Amino acid sequence: MSFDVFADPAIFLVQLLNATQQGLLLFLIASGLTLIFGIMGIINLAHGSFYMVGAYAAYAVAEATGSFWLALPIGVAAGIALGYVLERLLFRFFYERDHLYQVLLTFGLILIFEEVRGMMFGEDTHRALTPEALDFSIPLLGVQSYPAYRLAISVICLLVALGLYLLISRTRLGMMIRAGAYNREMVQALGINITFVYAAVFGLGTGLAALAGLLEAPVASVEPGISGRYLIISFVVVVIGGIGSVKGAFYGALLIGFVDTFAKVIVPEAAGMSVYLLMAAVLLWRPTGLFGRPA
Amino acid sequence: MPSAAPASSPTADFGPALLEAVGIHTFYGASHILHGVDFRIGPGETVGLMGRNGMGKSTLIRSMLGIVPVREGRILAGGQDLTGRPSYQIVRTGIAYVPEGRGIFGNLSVRENLVMSARPAPNGSTDWTLDRVLATFPRLAERLGQAGDQLSGGEQQMLAIGRALMTNPLLLVLDEATEGLAPLIRKEIWRIVRLVRDTGIATLIVDKNVAAVSAITDRNVILVKGTVVFEGASAELDAQPDLKHRYLGV
Repeated sequence: MSFDVFADPAIFLVQLLNATQQGLLLFLIASGLTLIFGIMGIINLAHGSFYMVGAYAAYAVAEATGSFWLALPIGVAAGIALGYVLERLLFRFFYERDHLYQVLLTFGLILIFEEVRGMMFGEDTHRALTPEALDFSIPLLGVQSYPAYRLAISVICLLVALGLYLLISRTRLGMMIRAGAYNREMVQALGINITFVYAAVFGLGTGLAALAGLLEAPVASVEPGISGRYLIISFVVVVIGGIGSVKGAFYGALLIGFVDTFAKVIVPEAAGMSVYLLMAAVLLWRPTGLFGRPA
Repeated sequence: MPSAAPASSPTADFGPALLEAVGIHTFYGASHILHGVDFRIGPGETVGLMGRNGMGKSTLIRSMLGIVPVREGRILAGGQDLTGRPSYQIVRTGIAYVPEGRGIFGNLSVRENLVMSARPAPNGSTDWTLDRVLATFPRLAERLGQAGDQLSGGEQQMLAIGRALMTNPLLLVLDEATEGLAPLIRKEIWRIVRLVRDTGIATLIVDKNVAAVSAITDRNVILVKGTVVFEGASAELDAQPDLKHRYLGV
């Protein structure tokens, strides 16, 4: 065990920024997962595959055009479109089914996604180019410095979180999403096509996961198996935050970002367990998560 | 106007039906709830649907609105055959539903409950705006920011009716709108139902209080075990106390 991280303010600041960035990125993935789980009751194990779609889109588009910024809209659009189409073709037939069927379906989807990825990109490890305008470091206290692009990730994630908050709390679509989680039959009986709302939520969720993959592609490897990189941990976020609560996903993801980052520097031997211990503690304290509705 | 139709003539032609069931059979699992029910309600008409508990009143409503599937028979709304269609398509012909238990979204504010599903009538008119609904229900105006599940039962009922009016309906369906409310609140709900009826909106009313229903309706239908056993004007019903006693227990 080592508490050196608190001795040097510059190192501490770097870890603080890392924790924030990791937490915010995790939020992008977990917010979609919690919406899809909380509103449609779908357990989507293939959610991580949309992160992968984003990451590979960032790599491929940036490689082909030389522009990372072009990859962003293309990759997000691909994530939304793919989610929307899969919802219409597959997921909508599974809303009323037992979770076991959903798990089988989405596990199958993971395998298909992974196979298609192999056919398109092979098994090599790639990395997307860091956008040129952000390819520099910002000096921090003393000799430390911090990559501007990593700061940009945090800023973009925060803007998306703000947008998501406004969408859900201020717009009619947001009201329909929340009402649908409360009483879907009544939403329909009031003249609202809930299947459209579901498809929109699904596309929104998968688009956010793709965005996470896009944003991280320049700072993390783009390689086989990355669809599983955040899958388990984002389910932990959903459970900690409370199923269906985007606000819960936000605080849960940040909490995990901090615990994971600082556990790695303070107790590296036990870092792998830290987030699960956190989950157990939260569930003992609040069985439905931080912002979950009591059952 | 509903008052233009003489109450003594239950078969008066109110024009094409706003909502109609033709020979419908509905099941819940293996139990056969509705046995070939015919029902229709026309523009501006006020109809009471009566019967003891478990006779199929709510099931008839939920079948006609596409919430529960019918196994046989047809559902017509707004002049189209919408059998088997999802409920949102059926109610979009101009129907607003106030369900038993009110169906308020407890996690949405009063204001959000009202505006979420607001829409113009099928002909484009927007007589019922948020301002008009709030003027009709001043209690709601005082509680706009509160969550739906923080309201009292009476306030929730007003919210459910206000929410229904925000869809500018041609037909308002009220299932047990006064159930579980204090006498004073009941009176207020009946006052509002009359007020709505007088604006020309057709209303279909299910309520345990037979006298209060027949006082307001043009026509009444009694269900017994999923079958229509009586259909007639309120005066006709009032003239037959034995009928009320036999089928309604009053």
